[in-house]
Amino acid sequence: MKIVVAVKRTLDAYVKVRIKQDRSNVDLASAKMAMNPFCEIAVEAAVRLKEAGVATEIVVVSVGSDKVQEQLRGAMALGADRGIHVQADDELESISIAKLLRAVVDKEQPALVLLGKQAIDSDNNQVGQMLAALCNYPQATFASHIAIADGQATVSREVDGGDQVVSVTLPAIITTDLRLNEPRYAKLPDIMKAKKKPVEVLTPAQLGVTLRQHLKLIEVNDPPPRKPGVIVGSVQELVAKLRNEAKVIA
Amino acid sequence: MKVLIIAEHDNLVLKSATAHVVSAAHKLGNDIQILVAGHNCTAVAEQASHIEGVSRVLLADHASLVHQLAEAVAPVVMQHARGMTAILAAATTNGKNLLPRVAALLDVAQISEVISIIDASTFVRPIYAGNVLATVQSSDPVQVATVRASSFAQAATVAAPCAVEKVAPQTAQNQSRFVSASHNTSTRPELGSARVVISGGRGLGSAENFKLLDKLADKLGAAIGASRAAVDAGYVGNDLQVGQTGKIVAPELYIAVGISGAIQHLAGMKDSKVIVAINKDPEATIFQVADYGLVADLFVVLPELEAAL
Repeated sequence: MKIVVAVKRTLDAYVKVRIKQDRSNVDLASAKMAMNPFCEIAVEAAVRLKEAGVATEIVVVSVGSDKVQEQLRGAMALGADRGIHVQADDELESISIAKLLRAVVDKEQPALVLLGKQAIDSDNNQVGQMLAALCNYPQATFASHIAIADGQATVSREVDGGDQVVSVTLPAIITTDLRLNEPRYAKLPDIMKAKKKPVEVLTPAQLGVTLRQHLKLIEVNDPPPRKPGVIVGSVQELVAKLRNEAKVIA
Repeated sequence: MKVLIIAEHDNLVLKSATAHVVSAAHKLGNDIQILVAGHNCTAVAEQASHIEGVSRVLLADHASLVHQLAEAVAPVVMQHARGMTAILAAATTNGKNLLPRVAALLDVAQISEVISIIDASTFVRPIYAGNVLATVQSSDPVQVATVRASSFAQAATVAAPCAVEKVAPQTAQNQSRFVSASHNTSTRPELGSARVVISGGRGLGSAENFKLLDKLADKLGAAIGASRAAVDAGYVGNDLQVGQTGKIVAPELYIAVGISGAIQHLAGMKDSKVIVAINKDPEATIFQVADYGLVADLFVVLPELEAAL
C-alpha cells in the first residue's frame, strides 16, 4: 500500500511571530522555519505503518518555494521513500493546495493520504477535508488512533467532548491530531541517506492545475493588549478582588 | 442576502453555539436559515425555530445523517447552497470537519474561526494561534466560514417560532461509517465552553499533586485544563491541554496554577475575560497576561483558596 503524506513548511513553533512594520503580513524574513508539528505527526504515522508492514511506500509532498525541499528531506530522513515538490507561491490558499494535492493523488494513486489537521501558521484546518471532497474520498479528521485492515481504516477522532471512532473505505484522507503519536528525531545516518533519495519537482501547469486567488490579505494586526494586571498580596485579597471588582465569583 | 447556518446539535439539543452564529449571520444577510441535519432531531429544529432573527429552519431528518458524518452532510448542504451568499457553522470540531468539504465542492475558499465581520466579504480571523489577527477579503460569490462562537453574542430566543420545513436529503454514501463514540464522563463542564477553567502546570510536580485542583474546580464548577508541560510530564492526558496545539479557551475566569506561561500556552487562554496566575516565580511570563497575580507557593495557596471560596 502506498501512502502520500503532505507536509508544510511553517515558522518554527517555538519562535515568536512578528508583524511587518507596514502590517501587510507577518515577517518571516530570516525567521527560523520548520516542518509544521501536525505534519511531523503525519509523517511519523506513515513511517509506523511502513514499519508495521502495512505500507510499502511513502511519498512525501510539499507545495511551495524551493525552500520546502528542506522539509521534504526532513521527512525522508524520518523514513519517507521519495519526495514531490510542487513549485508554487509560499502562501497559497487551502483550496489551491488541495487542488494541487488532488493532482498528485491522481498521479500517484495512493491508498491513503495523511496530512496534519492544521498548520500552525494559518490555522486553517481545511486542506485534508478539501482534498477529500475533490477526490470524492472519505475523510477521517483529527485522528488520535489509526488501524488499517481489509481495505478499511478505523480511526479514532478527537471531537468536542470525547472521541468518535469511524471506519473509512480506502482510498481515504486522514488528518492527524496531537495524540496520535510522538514523532521521532532523525538520526544522522538517515539524514545523510535522505540526501540521495529522489525528489520530483513539478509545476502546477505540469499537474494540469490552474489556480486563482480567492482571498486577499488586507492587513495583519497584533491582538488588542490586555490591560495591565495587579499583583495581590494574599489569597484573601485575591478572593475579594474576584468577588467585588471582577465579579466573576459569587 | 441569504445565509445558511449549519446547526450544531446532538439530535436532541441545539447547542448554544448556533445562536451565536446567528448573530454573526446578521452581518452577512437578512434571510437567515438554519439547516438541521440529523436523525430524529425534530426537537432540535423546534429549538432552532425560536432563535430571534431566523426566517426558516430546514429539517433534514434521515437515518444516514444520525452521526453527521461529513460525507453524508456535505451533499445535503450542497442541495441548499444555491442562492446563498454565506454558509456558516460554529468553529467546533463538527463545523471544522464539514465546511472545508462544502467549500471545496463549491470551488470557493473557506474562512476559519471568524472573530469579527467587517462587511459582507471582509473578515477578521486569528492566525498563529491568535498571536496575529488577519483581515481577509474574499472575492468568492459565497462566503463559507466557521465562526468562533465566543466572539459573537448569543441571539435571543423568541416565543413565536419561524417555519420549520422538512427537506428530503440526498445522502447515499458508503465511504464512511460510524463505529462508536465515547464521551468524557466527567461531571465537570466541557473545557471548551466552561465559565471557569482552572489549569495546572509543571509547578504541580506530579500526577498526584495535579488532583489538588479537583476540589477547587468542584467548588467553582470549573473545568480542569493543563499546560503542555504538564501533559508532557505525564500528569494528565492531552485532552486537557490548553494551548496552541490543544484547546483554545476563553472562559469568564481562568486560573493558572503553577504555569510559567509559554507562548504556546498563552495562545490558548489569553482571550479569557479574567486571568488569575498563581506562581512562586515572580518573573514567570504568565504574570504579563494576568489580571490578578499571586506570587506564592501553590501548595500553600490552594488549600487557602479552597477555604476562602
